Amino acid sequence: MAIVTPLKTAAEQVLGTQFANVKAELPGAPSVRKLREDAFAGFEAKGLPHRRLESWRYTDLRALLREARPLADTANVTPAVQARLAALKLEGVRLVLVDGIFAADLSTLEGLPEGVTIQPLTEALVSTREDLTSILSGPSVADSDTGLMLNTALMRDGVFIEIAEGTELDAPIAIVSLASGEDERAIFHRSVVRAAKGVKATIVEISEGVGSVASQINGAIVFENGDESDVQHVRIVTGHVAGTVQVLSTLATVGAHAKFESFALVCKAATLRQQHFVRYAGEHTEVGLRGVNLLGGQEHSDVTLVVDHAVPHGTSRELFKTIIGGEGTGVFQGKVIVRPHAQKTDGGMTSNALLLDDGASMFNKPELEIFADDVVCGHGATVAQIDGEQLFYLMARGLPRPQAEALVLQAFAGTAVEFIVDESLRELVMSEVEAWLSEREASSVVSTI
Amino acid sequence: MLEIRNLVVKIADEDKQILNGLNLTVNAGEVAAIMGPNGSGKSTLSYVIAGKEDYEVLDGEILLNGENLLEMEADARAAAGIFLAFQYPLEIPGVATMTFLKAAMNAQRKARGEAELLTPDFIKRVNAAADALSIDRAMLRRPLNVGFSGGEKKRMEILQMALLSPSMCILDETDSGLDIDALRIVSEGVNALRDKNRGFLVITHYQRLLDHIVPDTVHVMSKGRIVKSGGKELALELEKNGYAGYAEAA
Repeated sequence: MAIVTPLKTAAEQVLGTQFANVKAELPGAPSVRKLREDAFAGFEAKGLPHRRLESWRYTDLRALLREARPLADTANVTPAVQARLAALKLEGVRLVLVDGIFAADLSTLEGLPEGVTIQPLTEALVSTREDLTSILSGPSVADSDTGLMLNTALMRDGVFIEIAEGTELDAPIAIVSLASGEDERAIFHRSVVRAAKGVKATIVEISEGVGSVASQINGAIVFENGDESDVQHVRIVTGHVAGTVQVLSTLATVGAHAKFESFALVCKAATLRQQHFVRYAGEHTEVGLRGVNLLGGQEHSDVTLVVDHAVPHGTSRELFKTIIGGEGTGVFQGKVIVRPHAQKTDGGMTSNALLLDDGASMFNKPELEIFADDVVCGHGATVAQIDGEQLFYLMARGLPRPQAEALVLQAFAGTAVEFIVDESLRELVMSEVEAWLSEREASSVVSTI
Repeated sequence: MLEIRNLVVKIADEDKQILNGLNLTVNAGEVAAIMGPNGSGKSTLSYVIAGKEDYEVLDGEILLNGENLLEMEADARAAAGIFLAFQYPLEIPGVATMTFLKAAMNAQRKARGEAELLTPDFIKRVNAAADALSIDRAMLRRPLNVGFSGGEKKRMEILQMALLSPSMCILDETDSGLDIDALRIVSEGVNALRDKNRGFLVITHYQRLLDHIVPDTVHVMSKGRIVKSGGKELALELEKNGYAGYAEAA
C-alpha cells in the first residue's frame, strides 16, 4: 500500500525551521512550552490550512503564504508608527503593540482604574499560575484550527488584562496593534482579557499597518468573561497594504447571565481572515457578533464563526454587512452549534452583502447544527446589488448618483454599526465608514452593475 | 412649462410598449389631472418624466421650460424643477429623515449654484413645513419612511415637495391608501403650493381627489395616449360613465 506523505510547502518548511530556532527563546513557563510544542506538532501534522478543509475553503492560507516571512522579535518604532499613534483618536488607557511586541513607552497607562491589572504577555507567560494554559487555550471548538495552532506555537507578546470582580470601567481600554511595514515581517501576537464576575468593560482592538511593505500577521485575543459580566469588544482593522495576509482569532468563553458584544469594522485590510470561537459556559447569556466589511480592489475578508451553545438558555445574534467593490471577495461562514441539552437556545444569524461591481464575489455559508429539540434558531444570508428603487427615489430628490449610492451604502452598514453601545466608538466607526464611502464617491466610482 | 411631444416608451428589458405617442402640455400655474384605467400607462408617464431607468424612450421629447429632460439623469431633472410624489414612497432604513431632507435640499441648491442652507435655517423650514402638514416632529428623526403608515408616507412626500419648492409637481396616485382626514391634509398641503409659476400633474383613478385639488384641465389616458381633454367637468363625467367608452377611442 502506498503511503502518502504530504509534501511541505516552502513556507511550511521555513516555519518548521523558525520554530526549532526560536522555541528556546520564546517566553513561557514549562507548561506554556509544552503548549507551544503540542500546537506546533499539530500544525506540522496538518500543514497550513487550505481550501480542501471546509472551514478554510474560501481562504487558502497555503496558497496565500507562498513564503514565510522572518519572525518579528523587536518593535520597529518608525516615524510612521509614532505619527500614527499621535493622530489616533482614542482617549484613555492605550496599550500599544508594534509588530506584535508590547511597547510600554508608547502606551498610556495613566488613569488605569482600580481593579485592572495589565502585564505584557511575555511576563504572564512565564508566571507560575496554574490556570495559564487553560486560559490561553480558549473554547474547545478552536482546538483543531491550524491557524490558531501556529499562533499558539509562535506567539511572542501581547497584553494580559485582568479586571477584578465587580469593576465597572467608564472608558474603553484600547489595544493598538501596528505593523511597522518597513521590512518583511511575520507577526505573532496574543492578548488576553479576563473579566471577572460582574465586570463591565469595553475593549477596543485596532489592527493597522502603517508602512509600505506587506506583513504576515497572526493575532489572537482571548476573552474569559465571568458570570454577570458585560463586555463589549470593538475591533477596527485598517490601513494594511496589498499583500498583507492576516489571521485574527477571537476566543471567548462567557459565563452565566452575561453579555458579550463583539463588533469588527474591516476596511483597507488587504487579505484578512477573522475567526471567532465562542463558548457559552453559563446559562442566560447573550452574545452578539457583528461587523461591517468594506472591500475594494482585490481585498479579501473572511469572517468565520463557531458559536457553541454548550448550555441551555443562551441567546446569540450575528449580523454582518459586507460591501464589495472592484474584485473584492467577501466570505461569511457562520456555524451555530446547539448541544443536546442546550434547550431554549435562541439564535439568529444574518449576513447581507452588496456587490457593487461585476468582479466582486461573496460566499455566504450559514450553518446550524442543532441537537436540542426546544430551540429557536434561524439564519438569513443575502447577496444583492444596490436597490435600484431606493437609488431612484434619492436621485429623484436631487441627490447625484454617487451621493445617493453613498447614502444607501452608509445606511446598509449603519444598521450593524448602531449596535455599538459606546457612543464615541460608534461615531468613530461610522466616521471610518463615511470616509471610505466619500473616498469612493470622490473617485466618482459608481457601481457597474 | 412642461411639454411632452409624441412620447413613445417601452420597458427597457422587454418588448412591451407602454406609451404610444403621448402629447401633453401643462402650463405654469395650471393643475392638470390625468385619469385613466389601470394599465393605461399613467405611472409609467410619471416615472419617465422623473428619469427612472427601467424604460427606453423610443421617440418623442419631454421639455421643461424648453430644456430637454430626456438628456438628464434623475437628479438633474430634480434640480431643474421636477418633483415626483411617489405612489409608494421607498423606505430607506438607516437614513434619518432629517439627514435625507438636508442632503436633498443642499444637493439641489448646489446644482443650481446656490449656497448650502445653514442648519438653523434648515431646521426652521422643516419644522414649519412639518407643522403645516400635521407631521409629528419625532417622525423626522426616524429612518426615512421606515414603519410609517400609508398616510404618513404621503404626508412626507408633500413635506419634501414643500421644502424642495419644485416648478413642476407630479403626484402619482397620491390619494391611494389615504383615509378621509389624511386626504384632506395632503390636499390642503398641495393647494397651499399652488402658484402662478408652478405646474401640477395629478395622476389619479378617482374623482374623489379632484374634489379637494380642483384641476384646471382633465386628460383621459388610455393605452398610452391622451384620448380626451377637457375641463374639470370631464372628471365628473368619467366618474359617472367609467372609462369603458375610451378604450375604443385609443
